[in-house]
Amino acid sequence: MIELNKDNFDAEVREVQGPVLVDFWSPKCDPCMALLPSVEQLAVELEGKVKFCKVNALENRRLCIKEKVLGLPTIQIYNHGEKVVELTKDDATEANIRAELAKF
Amino acid sequence: MANYQYDLVIVGGGPGGMAAAIYGARSKISTVVIEKNRPGGQIATTEEWENYPGVPHTSGPEEMKGWVKHAEKFGAEFVKDEIVNIIDKGDTKVVVGKQHTFEAKVVVVSVGAEPRVLGVPGEREFRGKGVSYCATCDADFFTELDVVVVGSGDQAIEEGMYLTKFAESVTVIVLHDEGTLDCTPVLKERAFHNPKMKWVWNSTVNAIKGDGIVDTVEVKNIKTGQVSSLEANGVFFFVGMVPQTGWLKDIIALDNRGYIIANELCETNVDGIYAVGDARQKFLRQVVTAAADGAIAATAAEKFIHEEEGFREMVLDQEIPVVVSFWNPTKPATMDLNTRLEAMMEAYKGQVKFVKIDTYRNLRISRKCDVKDIPTVVFYNKGAMVDRIDVNVEVEAVEAKVKALLS
Repeated sequence: MIELNKDNFDAEVREVQGPVLVDFWSPKCDPCMALLPSVEQLAVELEGKVKFCKVNALENRRLCIKEKVLGLPTIQIYNHGEKVVELTKDDATEANIRAELAKF
Repeated sequence: MANYQYDLVIVGGGPGGMAAAIYGARSKISTVVIEKNRPGGQIATTEEWENYPGVPHTSGPEEMKGWVKHAEKFGAEFVKDEIVNIIDKGDTKVVVGKQHTFEAKVVVVSVGAEPRVLGVPGEREFRGKGVSYCATCDADFFTELDVVVVGSGDQAIEEGMYLTKFAESVTVIVLHDEGTLDCTPVLKERAFHNPKMKWVWNSTVNAIKGDGIVDTVEVKNIKTGQVSSLEANGVFFFVGMVPQTGWLKDIIALDNRGYIIANELCETNVDGIYAVGDARQKFLRQVVTAAADGAIAATAAEKFIHEEEGFREMVLDQEIPVVVSFWNPTKPATMDLNTRLEAMMEAYKGQVKFVKIDTYRNLRISRKCDVKDIPTVVFYNKGAMVDRIDVNVEVEAVEAKVKALLS
């Protein structure tokens, strides 16, 4: 998974054709740490079909606020540079992510 | 067909489930903990933890990693899955997950509770956009910003003080009159001395507003009805918990608030299903009480398995009739009776089996056979109770019934 920060977010997400998943997480967020292995597994499964990125919120607070992410875990899915899905908190589950990605 | 078979299946990996795993695995019964997220439970979302005996100060996530290791050390296994049903098949329970199925001799339900949603306008809309129920998850976002905490119990005040390490100010919305909080006095005193903590009394949240992310919290004074606005980017709700027992309502008995009804041994109304921790009816919901439940349930479960298996083997599965004599060492008369019964039964060797059961060490079986006092003699044939003599047991009467069974 590609690590995002304020310098590469647009290039890696907004300027990309096709689906991109962004996982906003923090090492201090227990639900995020529980979810992350499933997302990493999905990244392997869907390699070549969906691009997987992650944002360490602890180190990229300004970027999170700019992207209007103020709660973790949050999963955003972009398609052709447009944000099409956002799953946050209890909705950010492996099953929901799979269901959303299956639509592409 | 079950994917997995265990003696003890524990549903939920919070402190109650983990303590049950430690006690179960250490008593050498095969044990698995099934957790839909990461093991740890609610306490793993608390950074400041200072009321576990012998542990003056620790962080929830760190401490719980140690509990997992402790359970694994004795051989407990951990599986990630979400359980959706438990099917009672008498001797076994089938625990159905979204991904796997587990066959268990005993199930410990340790499903815990989750934060209560107040349901005010904007609460759902701004979840993850400023509305939060988890300070450790989201505190960093609010560095040098203003936040609101709703509630005044232990959790609200503890988490509120944790937030002051990040936020510029933490305004607590309290339902009660000035100076009254629901939390313990030691927390109250500390909170009142914290310069970053501010207080709004006799009030509740009316609505949460913002443009994409939270910027305003509308507060209503319940005495005057007056509504005022607070500028804030974060709203943390700590207004109690609800047990995660919706899926259990047709499986075990719940009270009208959804808490599992269980007795002192953590037994539910279904034989072989135990309940521990925050999801059951109890006076105090803390890690220390959840852990105590776990220890009790696992010990009861271990006895359950051994008693049930022993009884099945010695009594229920026998091809010939069985005479069961209930006794215990505190009543010498029952020991004397056993000696005389044994002598009488010699004549029927090979035709009728004689079994002695100590009621002290076999509480379950004694209860199952409805033994109210001893001596009591119960007659089994092909796995079913066919006759009994309560209290006034004479050797002659037992022999008469043995003869009747053989005729």
